[in-house]
Amino acid sequence: MAAIDAARALVWPSRAWSEGIAFAAMVLALVILPAFVYPVFLMKALCFALFACAFNLLIGYVGLLSFGHALFFGWAAYVTAHLAKVGNISVPIWAGAWQWLTIPLPPLSPELAIIGGTLTAAVLGLIVGAIAIRRQGIYFAMITLALAQMMFLVAVQAPFTHGEDGIQAVPRGRLFGIVDLSDQINMYVAVAVIFLGCFLLIYRIVNSPFGEVLKAIRENEARAISLGYRTERYKLVAFVLSATFAGVAGSTKAIVFQLASLTDVDWPMSGEVILMTLVGGLGTVFGPVAGAFFMVTLENYLTTIGQWVFVVQGLIFVVCVLLFRRGFVGELAHRLRVRL
Amino acid sequence: MFEVFGVSSQALFGQLLIGLINGSFYALLSLGLAVIFGMLNIINFAHGAQYMLGAFCAFFLLNGIDLPLPALAWPPAVTFVRITPGLNYWWALVLAPLIVGATGIVLERLLLRWIYRLDHLYGLLLTFGLALIIEGVFRNYFGSSGLPYTVPEALRGGQNLGFMFLPNYRAWVIAFSLIVCLATWFVIERTKLGSYLRAATENPTLVRAFGINVPRMITLTYGFGVALAALAGVMAAPIYNVSPQMGANLIIVVFAVVVIGGMGSILGAIVTGFGLGLIEGLTKVFFPEASNTVIFVIMAIVLLLRPAGLFGRGT
Repeated sequence: MAAIDAARALVWPSRAWSEGIAFAAMVLALVILPAFVYPVFLMKALCFALFACAFNLLIGYVGLLSFGHALFFGWAAYVTAHLAKVGNISVPIWAGAWQWLTIPLPPLSPELAIIGGTLTAAVLGLIVGAIAIRRQGIYFAMITLALAQMMFLVAVQAPFTHGEDGIQAVPRGRLFGIVDLSDQINMYVAVAVIFLGCFLLIYRIVNSPFGEVLKAIRENEARAISLGYRTERYKLVAFVLSATFAGVAGSTKAIVFQLASLTDVDWPMSGEVILMTLVGGLGTVFGPVAGAFFMVTLENYLTTIGQWVFVVQGLIFVVCVLLFRRGFVGELAHRLRVRL
Repeated sequence: MFEVFGVSSQALFGQLLIGLINGSFYALLSLGLAVIFGMLNIINFAHGAQYMLGAFCAFFLLNGIDLPLPALAWPPAVTFVRITPGLNYWWALVLAPLIVGATGIVLERLLLRWIYRLDHLYGLLLTFGLALIIEGVFRNYFGSSGLPYTVPEALRGGQNLGFMFLPNYRAWVIAFSLIVCLATWFVIERTKLGSYLRAATENPTLVRAFGINVPRMITLTYGFGVALAALAGVMAAPIYNVSPQMGANLIIVVFAVVVIGGMGSILGAIVTGFGLGLIEGLTKVFFPEASNTVIFVIMAIVLLLRPAGLFGRGT
């Protein structure tokens, strides 16, 4: 361990300054930008940035490509929207015949609704993760996609999601019963704080001893196993963490836009988060944020061209895979020879 | 007419028939995916889009197409020239796989061949991007609603089997896809060409050393897999409407089929495809709410019990 600590001490300073400057710049941007840019646009970008960071935790640091992250994002959004608007929880239980067990709850305050959505994502992450990590590589991607599609179809049929309409007009409510979130600036500050908190947490995770093991699994799983690590467990924990953060993003998004809909759980959403991370740079700390801001801005300009958005996304995928695999931030870091 | 578990034989066998039809498409598509994966180590996400292309190709051959001539402008503006080949279903059955297969070969030469040395995941991402492009373009020109394709004259009508009514076209689809699947199995497992193919899958470098042009084999394999998808599309056209997203949701189910069967075995892919179609049909009769999720549930169970898939080897 001493050798590892020494190595880390050598690496740490060079890592700290570039990432520290980038982080300071990001915080500064988040403080200044609301004066120039429509806050709802910024909040959308921040929700997707967090979603992409959560996704990156898996692809960038464990090397697992999940093609079904919309599942966690969308279901967290549904549960949060439901808790904030209706409250009542109904679960089908088997007692001789299928019955609905209803737990009467009042509509919850936004922080509790977000926690509820996040926990849902974590539980779903545990179930999906336990099934998906039984296969590697390409199969892992196909399994996560298939399970996400299954839960999409469940969302289409489940009564509480209101099918095509989605859960609309979700009240933003008062945070901790005090802060009125219907005020855009209050909402923006709340979203920015949630984003920065989760961002730092993810940063801490990937730079912890646990994160080092994840990277070892990414580089060479067989070797990590031979060193005595139970890689299955590490992968499962990473998967659950990633799903949980995706859940925070989805929950926050539901409160910000007061809407949870089928778009959030459908496979194009899974594709979009992959694209954001790819454009920004797989396995970089700031890449997913840059990628999310880039894609949200781009889609904002492209709303007028309708279905061509998918074609543009597809073209970006092709260009990124063939010519630009490092992404914006990865390329920048490579050029400047720093870590970002 | 008789009843099975309180369900009329007509309903039961009707759903089983639909199950077999779906199963033949699962089998054809998962077979193509397996063949492509064996040679290229790429999961072809564009397979669903290429299936859709096959159906549209058949539609164009019969009803004509406004061929777009691109003009330089943004958003992409084009002028159209109408061409009406008026070629019927039987022509489409031959021409559509050839045309779509040829586009597959072009894609392989232009794009796919650059990423063989990278992580497999990039192949999935690249073909996903291609699927988005193809489906996006078609959705833009043809909307989301389906276009009707008439059943060929020779296959209209049906047989009354006593316990059910069997439309001729559906019987044809099942029989023909079974023949195509078995022919593919025969070529790959029992001919010299197939043995080259299997050898190149195992060890391309060694096969090249024997003087066999492996890159060309890879290209043709991709073309063949794509042609299989297009053939399935032509067969599907008279049953389902021809629509831009007909392949998008199907391909995800086919992925689940591939995970269940494992990609190691050709016969395994065929059996799994038809079997899962039947199970889906049965679920539609007895537990309709679960009919579109049952394949995914089976996938989860198979993964828990036998992670390598029913016919798979290794990881």
